[in-house]
Amino acid sequence: MNKHLLSVDDVTPDDVATLFATAVEMHDVQHRSVKKLPALRGRTVVNLFFEDSTRTRSSFEIAGKWLSADVINVSAKGSSVSKGESLRDTVLTVAAMGVDGLVIRHMASGAAQQVSQWTDAVVVNAGDGTHEHPTQALLDAYTLTRRLGGLEGRHVAIVGDLTHSRVFRSNVALLTKLGARVTVVAPPTLMPAGVTAWSEAAGFATSYDLDAVLPTADAVMMLRVQRERMSGGFFPTAREYTVGYGLTRDRLGLLREGTPILHPGPMNRGLEIAADAADAAGSAVLDQVSAGVAVRMSVLYHLLAGEGSVA
Amino acid sequence: MSEPLVITGASVLGGEPRDLYVADGVLVDAAPAGARTIDAEGLVALPGLVDLHTHLREPGREDAETVLTGSRAAAVGGFTAVLAMANTSPVTDTAEAAERVLDLGRAAGLVDVQPVGAVTRGLEGHELAELGLMARSRARVRVFSDDGRCVHDPRVMRRALEYVRAFGGVVSQHSQDPDLAGPSACCHEGELSGRLGLPGWPGIAEETIVARDVMLARHTRSRLHVAHVSTAGSVEVLRWAKAQGIDVTAEVTPHHLLLTTDLVAGYDPVYKVNPPLRPDEDVHALREALADGTVDAVATDHAPHARHDKEHAFGDAAFGMLGLETALSVVSEVMVTSGAMGWADVARVMSQTPARIAGLEGHGGSLAVGSPAHLALVDPAAAVTVDRDASVSLSRNNPWHGRRLTGAVVATFLGGRPTVLDGALV
Amino acid sequence: MAHPPADVPDPSAEVPEVPEAPEGSRTVLDAHDIARALTRISHELLERNKGSEDLVLLGIPTRGTHLATRLAERIARVEGTDVPTGTLDVTMYRDDLRRQPTRGPQHTALPPGGIDGKTVVLVDDVLYSGRTVRAALDAMNDLGRPATVRLAVLVDRGHRELPIRADHVGKNLPSARSERVMVRLEESDGYDVVRIAPSPGDALLHPGEGS
Repeated sequence: MNKHLLSVDDVTPDDVATLFATAVEMHDVQHRSVKKLPALRGRTVVNLFFEDSTRTRSSFEIAGKWLSADVINVSAKGSSVSKGESLRDTVLTVAAMGVDGLVIRHMASGAAQQVSQWTDAVVVNAGDGTHEHPTQALLDAYTLTRRLGGLEGRHVAIVGDLTHSRVFRSNVALLTKLGARVTVVAPPTLMPAGVTAWSEAAGFATSYDLDAVLPTADAVMMLRVQRERMSGGFFPTAREYTVGYGLTRDRLGLLREGTPILHPGPMNRGLEIAADAADAAGSAVLDQVSAGVAVRMSVLYHLLAGEGSVA
Repeated sequence: MSEPLVITGASVLGGEPRDLYVADGVLVDAAPAGARTIDAEGLVALPGLVDLHTHLREPGREDAETVLTGSRAAAVGGFTAVLAMANTSPVTDTAEAAERVLDLGRAAGLVDVQPVGAVTRGLEGHELAELGLMARSRARVRVFSDDGRCVHDPRVMRRALEYVRAFGGVVSQHSQDPDLAGPSACCHEGELSGRLGLPGWPGIAEETIVARDVMLARHTRSRLHVAHVSTAGSVEVLRWAKAQGIDVTAEVTPHHLLLTTDLVAGYDPVYKVNPPLRPDEDVHALREALADGTVDAVATDHAPHARHDKEHAFGDAAFGMLGLETALSVVSEVMVTSGAMGWADVARVMSQTPARIAGLEGHGGSLAVGSPAHLALVDPAAAVTVDRDASVSLSRNNPWHGRRLTGAVVATFLGGRPTVLDGALV
Repeated sequence: MAHPPADVPDPSAEVPEVPEAPEGSRTVLDAHDIARALTRISHELLERNKGSEDLVLLGIPTRGTHLATRLAERIARVEGTDVPTGTLDVTMYRDDLRRQPTRGPQHTALPPGGIDGKTVVLVDDVLYSGRTVRAALDAMNDLGRPATVRLAVLVDRGHRELPIRADHVGKNLPSARSERVMVRLEESDGYDVVRIAPSPGDALLHPGEGS
């Protein structure tokens, strides 16, 4: 396994198998009365969040604490540019406190990769701009593996604001790496630049027609759509978006019984996902949350427990 | 006055080796008495280079560059004149501001620093700056630009083009439609930006403005200069415009002749520049356009930045890269070594044409007897590996660091006075 | 140092074929010896516990788990009752975690009745420094509170680094630290044998390991 987890590119299918095997054990720990393992005792993990994200930060915090690491949350909200301090200065300041692991969330793409070049600490990307969110993809793939029994040959539809989604970027890379067939669905304005060449090179399909994709889907991943995108001219109205690309009650009928429905949260109920879909039998949304802790425990354990992982 | 010189065995503009004689700062036809001899065997003599597009950062950001340090970088790069862009703080939008830059340049005394005036007050794009007063000032401003920003309002652009005709001025446009290049855009929009999750802007954001402006230039029968052309589409528009007889000139930067957008894959802000690095197809179209004259000049867009303005996440870091010290080497590597251009062409695109566009008297000659002895000596065979820490610029945002280039400036003379000898400042 | 007999009994027909002992190594227990030792330990366990009531066997992966299962089978044959059996991974409790490349934890599974108030017998293949058992005691502490904990091992090779002793031992095997004790069991390796060999340097890297 690479030293850092900056992107899905940092893990091989074998690494993923190892991470998932450990995550299964960590999942069991969640059901114990004593939810504590001593593996990271004496290690310090800093959650350095330049952007608010209660759920991701809490998930990493619980994961670190259940492994007995000292977990410190540093909120560096707001652009460091406006404060006159460079990102490098901020990171070096935090790292100088003696940090073994740096879990970083930043609103700019590539930030985690840059940070990894400035510090000896192990860096875990907890979401960088619209680039990647590798632990989210790992927990999604883990959830799907548990639900579907495996990903090889399975058809996964990823639907929504692809342009602005790091969840999409990490998932399309990881799911195809694990043998799944992925179709991404969005209106043309929410498809990333150059997606045609990209999809051909990376081996995934694109579609503007959700109704045509759902009947063959083994799983559906709905992405959050921000209402602000309307003012950017990406689509005319929320109503029109829902009719075209929302997982509505009617569209649930196109899915096979029990098809897992994923959403990275927070959900815009009524916009990209109807309440019926969010609460449908197939909904894996809460599984995702619980898998999140197990997968992040596994990631922190494998990157920080062994030799060579001390800063 | 400078000491008399005999420069022996220089290949003048790439021609047969001969000796050059300098007395009282002027090229003369015979060896002056008591002359210092400079051996230029194997070297190419070019008229001193002229940069249409330099950011010297003074006043306002003297931690990134000053007129003095920027002049040093220019001299090391073989330049004898630079046009200092107006986007300083305060902006060069008055006669007084322009004269101040002129005076700082004269005090530094290494290159002729010619101020560029802002087109609009404060670069805000709304009201014309005092173009005429800047033209009438001691600085004799002839080039006007809001560079860093586009003169986006077509009404303002039309008036500016018309107005500067009165004193032979030219508007140098930073062609970038702000509505097509959003506020967070930080690189070329394409497959790579899609993968990297970086908001980009497409070539079309430049091309629509170039197309609009050449039509405005045709309508107003004014002169237009297009700064840092970066796309094949812009080249097509320029080719068409020139064929129509529209009075338009254009420049390309050294980095757009060699560096491509794939360099941003590592999110290193040293490669963040405006206009952004483009794909290979654009780079090749620009080389071809430079060789065939569709693009008239090479201009550096030398844009120094303090470390703390670059050591941010890619999207937050400042745009721009250093260029003065390496420009000639890059052009040599890309255009001369490849056989696309000869040294006379280099003299044309890096000295003569830029001097003509900027209306700079005394610069951009052919090293003819009687003209000011502004010249650069170039070793066409020298292989240099760029070292950012060897730079005389105050800044280190050098995208060429570690790159091997063929061809290097050995000496520079401003009015017969050596500013650089053996590759180092005198 | 006492040397056990050098003659190696031929493997009998009904047990899988044992590969030839590598150069320099000698066999300490063959399949029959292992079977006899486990039978004896199972009797000792019942005797000590006065039956199988409240007895729980917890094997330490990988081979301790196999041994625990075998002991439970023997007890079932004798007593006619199924002794609850589980597996207890200690990877994350090891004190040498950061001196080695990270290894994934193995499965931990307690029997349905848990371990609270029970007599837990930890089962491992080789007892050496005692550090694995220390880790197992810590791991167990996070899972419940047994009434009593006992330790059963197939081989005790000495060289304890902690105040830990086994309650039930298949064979006491005096060894040099530089030697390597290898336990092979049919469930994981295809055949049963315990061998000792003068170790190449690599065994020193993991002195806490029996195999």
